[in-house]
Amino acid sequence: MADRILEVQDLAVSFRTDEGIVQAVDGVSFQLEAGEVLAIVGESGCGKSVTAMTILGLTRSPNARFEGVIHYKGTELVAATDEELQRIRGAEIAMIFQDPMTSLNPVMKIGDQIMEQIQEHEGIRDAEARDRVIDLLDRVGIPRAQDRVDSYPFEFSGGMRQRVMIAMALSCNPSVLIADEPTTALDVTIQAQIVQRIRELRDETGAAVILVTHDLGVVADIADRITVMYAGRVVEEGTLDDIFYDPQHPYTWGLLGSITRVDRPRPDRLPAIAGLPPSLADRPEGCHFRPRCPHEFSECTKVPPLDPRIPGEPHHRDRCWLSVEEKRELREIGPGEIGLAGEEGAAA
Amino acid sequence: MTDGNGASGLMEVEHLKLHFPIKQGIVFDREVARVHAVDDVTFQLEEGETLGLVGESGCGKTTLSRALMRLVDSTDGAIRFRGDDITKASRKQLEPLRREIQMVFQDPFASLNPRKRIGQIIGMPLRLHGVQHDQVDDRVRELLDRVGLHPEHLNRFPHEFSGGQRQRIGVARALALEPKLIVLDEPVSALDVSVQAQIINLLGDLQKDFSLTYLFVAHDLSVVRHVSDRIAVMYLGKLMEVSPAEELHDKPIHPYTNALLAAVPIPDPQENRARERIVVSGEPPNPIDPPSGCVFHPRCPRATEVCREVEPPLTRYPGGHLAACHHPLNVTAEEIRQGDRDPTSPLSTGDRLPDPAEAT
Repeated sequence: MADRILEVQDLAVSFRTDEGIVQAVDGVSFQLEAGEVLAIVGESGCGKSVTAMTILGLTRSPNARFEGVIHYKGTELVAATDEELQRIRGAEIAMIFQDPMTSLNPVMKIGDQIMEQIQEHEGIRDAEARDRVIDLLDRVGIPRAQDRVDSYPFEFSGGMRQRVMIAMALSCNPSVLIADEPTTALDVTIQAQIVQRIRELRDETGAAVILVTHDLGVVADIADRITVMYAGRVVEEGTLDDIFYDPQHPYTWGLLGSITRVDRPRPDRLPAIAGLPPSLADRPEGCHFRPRCPHEFSECTKVPPLDPRIPGEPHHRDRCWLSVEEKRELREIGPGEIGLAGEEGAAA
Repeated sequence: MTDGNGASGLMEVEHLKLHFPIKQGIVFDREVARVHAVDDVTFQLEEGETLGLVGESGCGKTTLSRALMRLVDSTDGAIRFRGDDITKASRKQLEPLRREIQMVFQDPFASLNPRKRIGQIIGMPLRLHGVQHDQVDDRVRELLDRVGLHPEHLNRFPHEFSGGQRQRIGVARALALEPKLIVLDEPVSALDVSVQAQIINLLGDLQKDFSLTYLFVAHDLSVVRHVSDRIAVMYLGKLMEVSPAEELHDKPIHPYTNALLAAVPIPDPQENRARERIVVSGEPPNPIDPPSGCVFHPRCPRATEVCREVEPPLTRYPGGHLAACHHPLNVTAEEIRQGDRDPTSPLSTGDRLPDPAEAT
């Protein structure tokens, strides 16, 4: 067994707002081992980004409440002081944000922005830091890094800025890299380049990666394990193959079914998931997916525990009351096709 | 009427060019360079079809779609709607046209006025085009219902809706005047995958019910393939390939199309592992100073000397599949022999067609 470097246990995050208590994350647990890529998948508002940001203490605010623990190599992060977090942020655990257009300082040269981070954590001289920045930019695939180090963010395209973000995240050789929708804002060709780059860097540095995304296509390309979240809870977790070839939760079927695929003949209609995710301030009782699930039955008003339900597969766990046999039958919406039956309905 | 086949479509675009001048100077505004955003593009939209327009950021696809709406003025070429030249039509002349051509924008957060209620947003085009005031609300309710929102939402503000719902509102606004043609500029790329599917299905239903023609602009080939009858692939202001949707997917002829297809991730781990990934390196070059010859040559794995020097015309292969490439993929020697220079080719291109010996 490889080194377990990050362990999140029963993490719950809630925010007090005008509309009531928003339970953004509700009892999320996962572990991360060195060199592995864990994907956290779900729709907007499922709590995936809040989970990722909480690891770095970025969701701390007077109206936020936290429960549970996050262990990083012996340090507990939920209760850590700001100074402790400051030491870990960027140096030990680094983050790549979704929007490369707004995450860089527009009035500072990109080289200086990366140098600032290196010098914050390591007391090295300017010349040395600068050489390291050039080397980093080169490694993430920025041509003529020697010259581009003195460019401003506006001189870069979206893909190039995302590379700068990755270079910055890697500048202090972190052991955990959190990538929050790193390719969503990019063209497919650039997306493929960035995913390949993240994969290579993982292999080179042995860093563990948490990939937060709604796009299962990207996940299939890079992840080792997948955690599917819905309305603040983990609804299913397992290896890449578990989730893609033997998904147990109807929500996972819906996600898999609604992707437009280039490798299959096109269907007349895409099997969409009807309706919208619930408001996190007012979640339905029992299984949160119940109102959108065509397979709902009486049991669903009770919260299903996140348990392993397939004999012999202790790591594949899900929150659905249906039996494994029923699930395997219900998820087939066509020969060899997985999806959520009975689509459509008003989206309101 | 386009030159060549003489068929008349709903909209025809002929050798359209759109160059943005870059000016410099303190006393005199000298034009120092030009951004070749759209550089000699010709195509036709048939009534009732969906034409997909794909390409990377900066390839000119959005500029092109705006030019069709006459939101920006073209530099050269012609745009015809139902045979009438609208390239230079005045605001007044355009007014009836605005009823027939509508647009849905990419960003559902920025394209709705945050201070206006949904009823006002969707009702505005109706009021502007002279629908009786007492009938506006009824029509708006009907539209809301049609796009899958509750008619009671009439009095809400945009911020009360999710991204997918806002995009539905954008669609309702475009539908209000019963247009013939809707230009959809990346209508689903800002949405979650599950919501994308809902909107794509909705657009399909509406097309059937109202016999709409769509120009679907997007960067994601898998989405475009799903909705389109034909697909045009654009790169650096030029069309690289135009083909029936399924054929483009089964046998891409242009190496750029092939690269775009290869870059689309497949949500199947085993197929992904088995698949040969051609990752095109680099990014599109600067449209101020486009490369000589074939604009794709600096990034093309098949580029040779001729690609650097001679701009390839669009070759028409059997089955109406057009591609502008000297070294085509997936075509037989026979197909190359049958191919000829298509009249929609940019005027600057020569007659050099691919050599049948290139067959793959």
